[in-house]
Amino acid sequence: MSSPEGADEREMTYAEALVLGLRRALENDPRVRLMGQYFVGLTPHRKLVADLRDDFPSRVWYPPIAEVGYVGTGIGAAISGLRPIVDIATASFIFQAFSQVVNEAANVRYMTGGQTSVPVIFHVNHGIRGGGAAQHSHSPQAMMWNTPGLRIMLPSSPRDVYGLLRTAVETDDPVFWADHVKLFDVVGPVPAAWEAIPFGVADVKRSGTDVTVVATSYMVQRALAAAATLAAEGISVEVVDPRTLVPFDLKTLLGSVAKTGLLVVVDECHQSCGVGAEIAALVAEHAFDALRGPIRRVSTLDVPIPFSRTLEAFVEPSEAKILAAVRAAVAGTVARRR
Amino acid sequence: MLPPLSTARLVEYFRTMVRIRRFEEALIRLTDDHDVGHFHVYVGQEATGVPALALLGPGDVTYTTHRNHGHLIARGVDPARMLAEILGRSTGTNRGKGGTLHLASKEHGFPTTSSSVGGPLPIAVGSAFAFRELGSDRVSVCAFGDGALEEGAWHEAVNIAAVLSLPVIFLCENNSLEALGQKANEYPSSTLAARRLVDLVRPFRVPAVAIDGSDVAAVHREMRRAVRRARSGGGPSFIETWTVRWPGSRPIWPQLVTGETDLAFAWDPDRIPAAHREWFTRQDGLLRFLRELLAAGRISAEEALAIDAAARTEMADAVAFALDSPYPAGEEALEDVFA
Repeated sequence: MSSPEGADEREMTYAEALVLGLRRALENDPRVRLMGQYFVGLTPHRKLVADLRDDFPSRVWYPPIAEVGYVGTGIGAAISGLRPIVDIATASFIFQAFSQVVNEAANVRYMTGGQTSVPVIFHVNHGIRGGGAAQHSHSPQAMMWNTPGLRIMLPSSPRDVYGLLRTAVETDDPVFWADHVKLFDVVGPVPAAWEAIPFGVADVKRSGTDVTVVATSYMVQRALAAAATLAAEGISVEVVDPRTLVPFDLKTLLGSVAKTGLLVVVDECHQSCGVGAEIAALVAEHAFDALRGPIRRVSTLDVPIPFSRTLEAFVEPSEAKILAAVRAAVAGTVARRR
Repeated sequence: MLPPLSTARLVEYFRTMVRIRRFEEALIRLTDDHDVGHFHVYVGQEATGVPALALLGPGDVTYTTHRNHGHLIARGVDPARMLAEILGRSTGTNRGKGGTLHLASKEHGFPTTSSSVGGPLPIAVGSAFAFRELGSDRVSVCAFGDGALEEGAWHEAVNIAAVLSLPVIFLCENNSLEALGQKANEYPSSTLAARRLVDLVRPFRVPAVAIDGSDVAAVHREMRRAVRRARSGGGPSFIETWTVRWPGSRPIWPQLVTGETDLAFAWDPDRIPAAHREWFTRQDGLLRFLRELLAAGRISAEEALAIDAAARTEMADAVAFALDSPYPAGEEALEDVFA
């Protein structure tokens, strides 16, 4: 549960909290380096990253357009004593560097028998951004979750990105960190102190009693908007945000499902083998008896992301689809009761 | 020609080269009865790896490849623990998690060993990035085969190394000089449009030389120059070493087709089997170095044979240690994923 707003907090945008977190990381640990310049994409917030470079000119490196090269450089620098935060910008570009992230970084500790740590962070901006089309709209977090050796954080609020980043910088493992471009303008409270939010601790973003909606990243914002609408209809939705996939806080999610008996999984990955698929499987495996109806999935349809806005709206996990899935879940239960 | 080094150091180089040869021969024999997966041996390249890596200090790192055994022995890793790893035993360098393709020993400057062709190139550049940022004079060496230059990773890595003038040495061990393997449907050899490998380096304005990899003096000379350049802030270097592949490494799976190397081949060429006379006479860097040491009076045949006998005993003991070592318990598979 988010802590109550107080005098020790101030409102800021997600982008401001993100860049403030990067600034704290640079201030706190002389080993931290930033490699890349598109932490907040090409949004107007990018000025904040330019300011960081002005303030830490020797510790912010703008690499060439060479994802294999600079991602590998980040890995090697981590092996040899730095704490690099490598920005891969648009998440689709991580495929250029997939061998480095998946076949090198994620394997190093394991295949050396625990000898060598790779404390590197890989940052991407994922998701359907509006007109991004097929090559700038990926949500590769499910692929990363299929890669043992990576920790995965998917913040959904200014508070979370700020606090999770501290844990990420302090971990000795490679971390995959995905933001969503549509989160950058979200405003919320951020504590004055840079306190770590531990990995593996879900946040119940809204309490409810009828249906559990589990969502990550920008889908949390959509789920919260849907929950507000549904409250007016008399449906009480609990929104659970795992915040990290690795480690995954199954306990909090199962506790919520035990209370509500219904689960809707909202996820921006393509549906097949997506993050939502794994979460649905976990709940089916561990809490089948608590369920009063089938688990429902709201995810991206299994087609490449199209450009035109009508096509894009058709395939994405929209607020309307979340509303429909929750209503159907509740209605299905009622029907079964009769 | 010998490198300008003391007799003690030259003999030490020779000892290490012999130990590598005997290690690989012992391994090949071991695979008659033990499946270790696809493996690669360093026979025929000892005259490159030993003098090159001997110039590194304790803080320097080496990224090697699937053909890593010789490099690890050159920097002092215990052959017994290497063989145990190759056999998947819990006493192995990587606790049985890596095998022949991934032999690593962080304390000897091998933080991780990747068998992904070209994969370690940018990682080696990253270590050099850290060394420069941390204000040390440490050096990062990336050893790789000619095939790695076919990978895009090469171009990205050398560009970053050059742009930032990083202390990294690209040691390209070109062991398919005669490039017959592909035609014979044996080992793969490089397929590059460039006429010379150094042509792939010079546009990046990185100093690049191509030398005979069976010539200890040449390897010593160029590596010393590259290490000095790196330590003094002069940036990256590229060294291509030519060797002709040992006949036993021409099949996809290594075989002792030449039999064991007899050091007496150096002073009694008539003992060399006719089928392999060319390789042992002209292309084997180990025998060449021995002939140079003998000619210069730096070692006697008796001393060489004594070193050889000790190496054989060491490797026999290493095999026994590995075979006597237990396998890891199955549940250890769940360890070492995260810190």
